[in-house]
Amino acid sequence: MSDALLTVRDLVVEFPTRKGILTAVDRVSFEIGRGEVLGVVGESGAGKSMTGSAIIGLIEPPGHIAGGSIELAGERIDNLPLEAMRKVRGKRIGMVFQDPLTSLNPLYTIAEQLIETIRTHLKLSERDARARAIGLLDEVGIPAASRRIDDYPHQFSGGMRQRVVIALALCAEPELVIADEPTTALDVSVQSQIIDVLKNMCAEHGSSVMLITHDMGVIAEAADRVAVMYAGRLAEIGPVRDVIQDARHPYTKGLMGSIPTLMHDSDRLTQIPGSMPRLTDIPPGCAFSPRCPKAFDRCFAEQPSCKAHEDREVACLLYDEGARP
Amino acid sequence: MLVVSLIAFVMFRFVGDPVDQMVGLETALEERAKLREQLGLNDPLPVQFWNFVSKAAQGDLGVSYQFKRPVSVLLGERLPATLELSFVSALFALLAGIPMGVYTALRRESILSKLFLTVSLIGISLPTFLIGILLIFIFSVNLQWLPSFGRGQVVDLGWWTTGFLTASGLKALILPSITLGLFQMTLIMRLVRSEMLEVLRTDYIKFARARGLKDRAIHFGHALKNTLVPVITITGLQLGSIIAFAIITETVFQWPGMGLLFLQAVQNVDIPIMSAYLLLIAFLFVAINLIVDMLYVVVDPRIRIGGAEA
Repeated sequence: MSDALLTVRDLVVEFPTRKGILTAVDRVSFEIGRGEVLGVVGESGAGKSMTGSAIIGLIEPPGHIAGGSIELAGERIDNLPLEAMRKVRGKRIGMVFQDPLTSLNPLYTIAEQLIETIRTHLKLSERDARARAIGLLDEVGIPAASRRIDDYPHQFSGGMRQRVVIALALCAEPELVIADEPTTALDVSVQSQIIDVLKNMCAEHGSSVMLITHDMGVIAEAADRVAVMYAGRLAEIGPVRDVIQDARHPYTKGLMGSIPTLMHDSDRLTQIPGSMPRLTDIPPGCAFSPRCPKAFDRCFAEQPSCKAHEDREVACLLYDEGARP
Repeated sequence: MLVVSLIAFVMFRFVGDPVDQMVGLETALEERAKLREQLGLNDPLPVQFWNFVSKAAQGDLGVSYQFKRPVSVLLGERLPATLELSFVSALFALLAGIPMGVYTALRRESILSKLFLTVSLIGISLPTFLIGILLIFIFSVNLQWLPSFGRGQVVDLGWWTTGFLTASGLKALILPSITLGLFQMTLIMRLVRSEMLEVLRTDYIKFARARGLKDRAIHFGHALKNTLVPVITITGLQLGSIIAFAIITETVFQWPGMGLLFLQAVQNVDIPIMSAYLLLIAFLFVAINLIVDMLYVVVDPRIRIGGAEA
């Protein structure tokens, strides 16, 4: 894809700890096209959020990007100076966090926070910024936006606050929105509304989305393509329908098998034996090999890289031509 | 307030016979009895207490044994000096403490913030009188820049004498207020620092960064405002104790304030002054706490709304 908006190549994020260097993200490569919604799934600690933080340049020290490159519209952004990166944040990449209850500053009104953000990135007068802010709140579905804009965050419900957060993330028309588990902290009944708002807003404003979640339902509903992460590495990436219906990587298969379906009336859901290795002791070879039902001798010695396989990329030796047992 | 007034009253009542203090050795017994009656010392205790409280509420705090003048007038003369000193040192503590706290929270690794922290440890551990004497030694004795005692020239505004309007008055304020404010400053600095570190970890600061706001706006707008509620609480409490503990500083610098008056009163067992001083300090504490509670509402909208609903 040459028209990719975001290109991440061999991204490595490391955390130096007392026990040695901890690799939170290990040589992850993917692209996001313009207007595309890429879902990123994986268990807790699989490196999803860390990848998102790396893209927007907000990894908490002492963590840092130790290798690879991140390009936004052909321009490298992983090594920009602080001030230049600040201008990318909010203006070109927006971010939505998990918990809307804590993402908003409790001491400022919604108006103050929106207008401040808008005026940081766009040359608008106070009045124009306010008009724009009201327009945005209207778009994300807050009733009586012009009246509620002067309320404080604690006067909104969780779902409403997440709408405000989405409005904030989109207020400078960013090319990419990173949504880090935007629905995890919300009530189930509100979740799909928020996903709809996010999807529609981004479609209308022409933003691409990187949707980080561990909820396959959300991915199936909203994403065009999906990337599956495991222990800091990419396991599989491909069109969302194909991955859900015909998973290639044994981990993805296990993941799909653990989701109950309405179609098939099975008594037991399949589960993956064991649990994800801690990042300090990832086994040599494929990170999934100790839990993999199809592992063979090479899996324990050789680390597979993501290789194109038909319509997707899979990091599994099973699909390495001529390597099958 | 009532409890404090009770303590003040008990002190007034039981620390020796005031009549012995007031009259000479040769006074006749009848005269003593007359004075006793005049002071109401023969009434039953509850009546005496009631008289004490009701008079105190009207501003009549009794007559000093030592100066033979109403205590309220004596305190009124001394009050401006102490309040000026206290407010200047509180101001100093805030103006120096908050920026230093913010700085040490933002640049944790820099040499300057480590220096600040070391100095603050010294500030916390050194007793006030030692700091005062050291400052006098350096700036008054060795460098001879600043006066070592007194208020300098003061301007009388009728009900208030101020040292703010003359150069010597201002100069005289510098050393005592630094002495008095140093401890508070280090306290505020450490408080602001730890609160800032706490707030900087929160999601809304991360989100503010993700929105690409300028560092200045994040640190001083979003973060600092969220640290202010505990800072206001502590500052309010400290302002009370600054006024109360001005005693030591006033002694070191011979500052003609209430603290010095109180010490003289202690030396002469001048109980009305002591109990009035106690009452006044308690009153100031209560008043300051009330102001602090009202300030919360200005800073934190959540309290404002909660109060309106309740």
